Formats: sequence, structure tokens, C-alpha cells
Amino acid sequence: MSGTAITILIIGLGLIAWLSARARALRLAHAGRASPPSAPSPAPEARPRGPLLHSLPSYHGWYAAIWVAVPALLFLTVWTSLMPGLVTDRVLQDPAAATLPQDAFSRGAILSEGRAIAQGKAAAAFDPRSNAFVEPYREAQRFYSIGGGVIALLLAFAGGAYAFTRIRPDFRARTRVERLVMLGLLIASLIAIITTVGIVASLLWESIRFFSLVNPVDFLFGTKWSPQSAALGYGNENAFGAVPLFWGTIFIGAIIAMAVAIPLGLMSAIYLTQYARPAARKWLKPILEVLAGVPTVVYGYFAALTIAPAMRDFAVSIGISSASSESALAAGLVMGVMIIPFVSSMADDSISSVPQAMRDGSLAMGATTSETIRQVLLPAALPGVVGGVLLAVSRAIGETMIVVMAAGLAANLTLNPFASVTTVTTQIVQLLTGDQEFDSAKTLAAFALGLVLFIVTLLLNIVALQVVKRYREAYE
Amino acid sequence: MTEQTTPSAPPKMAARHVNVFYGDKQAIRDVSIEIDNDHVIAFIGPSGCGKSTFLRTLNRMNDTVAGARVEGDITLDGENIYDPSMDVVQLRARVGMVFQKPNPFPKSIYDNIAYGPRIHGLANSKADLDVIVESALRRAGLWDEVKDRLKDSGTALSGGQQQRLCIGRAIAVEPEVILMDEPCSALDPIATAKIEELIHELRGRYAIAIVTHNMQQAARVSQRTAFFHLGTLVEYGVTSEIFTNPREDRTKDYITGRYG
Repeated sequence: MSGTAITILIIGLGLIAWLSARARALRLAHAGRASPPSAPSPAPEARPRGPLLHSLPSYHGWYAAIWVAVPALLFLTVWTSLMPGLVTDRVLQDPAAATLPQDAFSRGAILSEGRAIAQGKAAAAFDPRSNAFVEPYREAQRFYSIGGGVIALLLAFAGGAYAFTRIRPDFRARTRVERLVMLGLLIASLIAIITTVGIVASLLWESIRFFSLVNPVDFLFGTKWSPQSAALGYGNENAFGAVPLFWGTIFIGAIIAMAVAIPLGLMSAIYLTQYARPAARKWLKPILEVLAGVPTVVYGYFAALTIAPAMRDFAVSIGISSASSESALAAGLVMGVMIIPFVSSMADDSISSVPQAMRDGSLAMGATTSETIRQVLLPAALPGVVGGVLLAVSRAIGETMIVVMAAGLAANLTLNPFASVTTVTTQIVQLLTGDQEFDSAKTLAAFALGLVLFIVTLLLNIVALQVVKRYREAYE
Repeated sequence: MTEQTTPSAPPKMAARHVNVFYGDKQAIRDVSIEIDNDHVIAFIGPSGCGKSTFLRTLNRMNDTVAGARVEGDITLDGENIYDPSMDVVQLRARVGMVFQKPNPFPKSIYDNIAYGPRIHGLANSKADLDVIVESALRRAGLWDEVKDRLKDSGTALSGGQQQRLCIGRAIAVEPEVILMDEPCSALDPIATAKIEELIHELRGRYAIAIVTHNMQQAARVSQRTAFFHLGTLVEYGVTSEIFTNPREDRTKDYITGRYG
């Protein structure tokens, strides 16, 4: 009997339990109501609420169904994960196991071949010695799956029986079911949190390994980045100075991109909230927001194929002969365009949440619309705008595709926007897509970079959310 | 004295046959009224009767409402304010407004008052501006309470102080007319009394129109009263007469609390 069949069977049993428990609860309710007051009832005042049900019949149904299905299904889940180990143990007790070679590799190969044939995943044995294990495997599989199925069904029946005995008019099935629902919701939210914690833990773990190979001070403050030389055996000193990467990231994501995104985003938000007619706003705003939906790899093409060559030609035409075809400027400009909708919609929100009374007050003083915007709306909306910009920065520095395609790989520490620079995310991609062994300093450096990036964006987000929150409070 | 206007002098503001529409809906029907320097005029009437809408047409604040349209003549010193040649910025500098809810800007007390003089270029120097701010705050009856903390935020004041700050802000640009849209409805009785006292002091210097829900307030602060109902001007006259001897039954019913 397969796991699927058992699962379906248990769910079916749960359904039956639901129906019959509900029916039983209904019958109890009817019986209570139908009993004539003159009937020789033992002591009517002893049950002041009468035989009326505490919970609706369907809650009794759910209570029984949960008792039938949940323990049995939980058991099945655990059982399926334990079964391969149990099966192997049983096979090894077979007399044939004595003939297995001692070395772990060929031992494992023979056993897994036997298992594959037993499960019908392979047709014939490559190694004839495997054939001896096919039958023991089949037998062990059958034993444990039937055993597991039987235990699961027994659990289902036991749970159902327990639940059934508890159905009484005054049984608080609703409270129990509601508590279980809450538990389910709690588990769902914990899963996301636990995953995040797991991600951070793995990042930390690998970073600690990296820092056991490379001094953290050299990493954070060194100015020479050449992991390739470390990989080629020139030693780890002076190969992992990440400052050029941090600079490249800030130069592209926080300086060039923001120089594009802040003015354009802010001005478009001002136009959309203050000047555009409702009809224009209805069209322009969604179109602007489409920019946010363009896959970043498409922006990457655009940056690498269109903007970067144009920037190089421009640089050459104004006499900068060293211009590279991969430039900080190209990547930064395109990233700025990508961030515009982000800045614009945050600014839009904070400008439109400045009370209309402020705007009216200023207009009634004889201020023009632009005076009102500059002197009243923007100062009042500033915290929200700042929060939006910080969130945008944290997005920009974590962005990968555009810089991978357009910014280049050379770790230059330069102020020249036409030069090629590299960023943290680009280098992470580079470090992890090679064929290096996993525990080399070069590969582990990716995790250290990821950790730094994570900490910086986390701090930016916390600050931004604090700023936005304080601002919201001011007007509500 | 308040009963007689010199027939030769034209009224400060006059509305003739004014209709206001919001989209297809007519909010004001054929209203004619005069506002002058020597009296305070109160607009009363039940909610939704159009009194605030009418007030807002007087400094063209309805321009900011999408779909609002005004027909008829409204003149300020004989000049039609809806004429295309009329600069709305100039108009609003001459016809100031105080709103229902105090709405000081999130700036310092000083900057709140200085806002108007700055945008209209009324002060040439910091010293000039200081004088303007002080006199506006004095006339608004707020100077003694705030003179030591002009740098504090205007939003940190109490509700009544905020409303007096808003009145001071309107006065600071030396308007000719001040429109007040239920200026006391968000205030407690003591703050209300202070605002009413202030209105008495400002009378004569500015033409004042006040919208109010509070009949006693209308009786206390105004010399003329206009009763609006369903977008029409039902009755308009000397306050004491409206309250003691209304000509129209609808006015009488409203004033005696029969409805509204």
C-alpha cells in the first residue's frame, strides 16, 4: 500500500468523522429539545442550560475530523522520512549482507542499485552482486510500508474514537477548534521567520569560516581585491580587500543611481499629485509603475547594449581616452531609472497624505501651487520621502543583474564615472559561479560579502521604516 | 450706525445672482449678497445648505475642487473676481481665509505668520518682518502667550491658540476681507470666547464673513445674518431682526430649533 493511498484514505476517514460527529451532535441537540418537560427527567435544574449544544454541530465535526486526520498524517510524514533508514537496516541484517565488500563506496553503490531495481526505477543490475539485494529490499519495503500504514490507520481510528466519546452537549468543541486554527496560523508565520533565521545563520557560519582564513580587518579595510591570485596560490594576504567593492556599490547604487532617481522620482510624484488632471494621473501612474515590473535582466541588456556604448562614445568625444565600455555611469543611470517608480510612489504616498487643510491653508494665503509645494507640502512630506529614498538605496545596492551586465569586473577604486568598477553583488556572482572547491577562501569570500550587504541593507531598512513610522504618527 | 451704509460708497464685496455647480449638481442657486467693512456678516443654515460653498467662492478656493463651476458676478471693490484678468494669487492676498480645523503649517510660530508676508514680498528686511509678525500676533491676541517661544512649532500650540495663529497668519498679509469657515467648531468654549472677542476687535478694520453652526455665536458676533437653505439664500438682514422677527417661516423654524 503506497503512502498516497494511505493519505487519501485518512482524509476520507476524516470526512466521514466530520459528517458523523456532526450528525451525532445534531442528534444530541434534537434529543434535548424534543424531550417533553413533563417527562421524568432526573433533575432539570441540575443542568441549567439544558441539553443545548455549546458549539455548533459543525465544530464538533471539525473536532473529530482533526483528531482523525492530524495525528495520523503527522505520523505518516515522520514515518516516510524515517523509512529509508529502517529499510536499509533490515536489509543489512539479511544473510546476503555478509558478502558485501568492506569499502564504503562500492558497498553503497551495490545497495543503492539493489534498491533502485526493487523500486522499479532501474531495469537491470550493472553489478551482478546487486541482484542478491533486490528481494531483501522488496521485502523490507513491503514490511515497513504496510506496518506504517497500519499504525497510521490505527492512530486515525483511535483519534476518531477519542473525539467521538467527547461529543456531549456541553463539550466546548468551538474553543478547541479555534485554538487549533490559531496554532496553524502561528506555525505558518513562524516558518517565514525561522527560514530567515536559517539564512542568516548559514551566512554567518560560512563567513566565520572565511574570517578564519582572512583577517576581518584586511577584508573590511583592504584596498586590493584579487581573489583570483589567492586561488592561484599566491596566498590570502592582500587579495581580499573589499573596499573597492564597497566603493563601487556605493558609487553606482547610492550616488549615480540616486542622482537620477531622486530628482526624477520626486518631480514625477509632484506632477502626479499636484498638477496632473485626474484623467492624466489615471493613465500616467500605472505606466510609471510598469517600470517597476520590468525584469532587472532586461534593464541589464539595455544598460550593457545601449547605454554603456553610448557613454563610452560620449566620453571619447569629450576627450576621455581611457573610457571603458563597461562603466559605472551606464550601470548607475539604468539602475536609477529602475528605482524611479520606487521613489516616486513613496513620495506620492507621503505628499498625498499631507492633509488637504495644509494645502488649502497655503493656497488661501495667496501662495501659488509651486510655493505651496516647496514651502509646505515638501517640508511636511520630507520624512516620508527620506524613508522612501533609504529603501530605494537599500534596493539599489542589493541589485545584481544590471551591474553584472554593465558595470564590469575590475575592482577599481576610482572616482571616474566612465571607468569600470565592480560591486559587491557582481563579485558574489563571480565568486560562486566558478569551479573552485567550496571551502577555498575565494568561494567563502562570497558569504562574507553577502553578510556585509545583508547587514547594511538591514540597517537601512530599519532606519527607513522608523523614519516613515514617526512621520505617519505625526498626521494620524 | 451699523444699520446705514453710505449709499454712495460701493460695497467691499458683492455677489449677484451667483450659481455654483459641482459637476451636474447645483450647490448654490441665485444668491445675491453684500459684504462690507463696517459689519460682520454671519452665514447660518443647516448642514449641506451651501453656506461654506458660498464662502469659498468669495476667494475662489473652489477652484481647487475638481468639477466646481461658478456663474454670476462676484465683485471686490467693483472688480469681478472671476474675470480672466483677475490674478487669483492677488485675490487671495486681499481676501484671507480661516478654516474650520486649525491648520498651522508644520513650521515655527514665527514662520507661520511670516509665510504670507514672505511669499508676497511685504517685508524688505528681517527687521520689517519682525515688526509684521509682532503686530499680527498682537492683533490675533496671541503675542503675550507666544512671544518667548516664537521658534517653537506652530503645531505644538493648543487648538484655540492654533486657530488664533491661523487668524494672525491671515491678518499678516493685510487682507481687506477675512472669511471664516466655522472657525470655532473644533474649539472648547473658552477658546471660542477668545476668538469671538477677537472678531469684535477686528470688525471695522476688515470686512468679515463667518460661517457658523452656532446660532448664539451668530447673534453674538455678527451685525448681518444670511440664512441659507438647500442652496438658496432664504433671508438676509440685520442680525437682531433675523433673530427676533424673521420674515420667513423657514428662518423662524430653523432659529427656534424646529429643524437643522
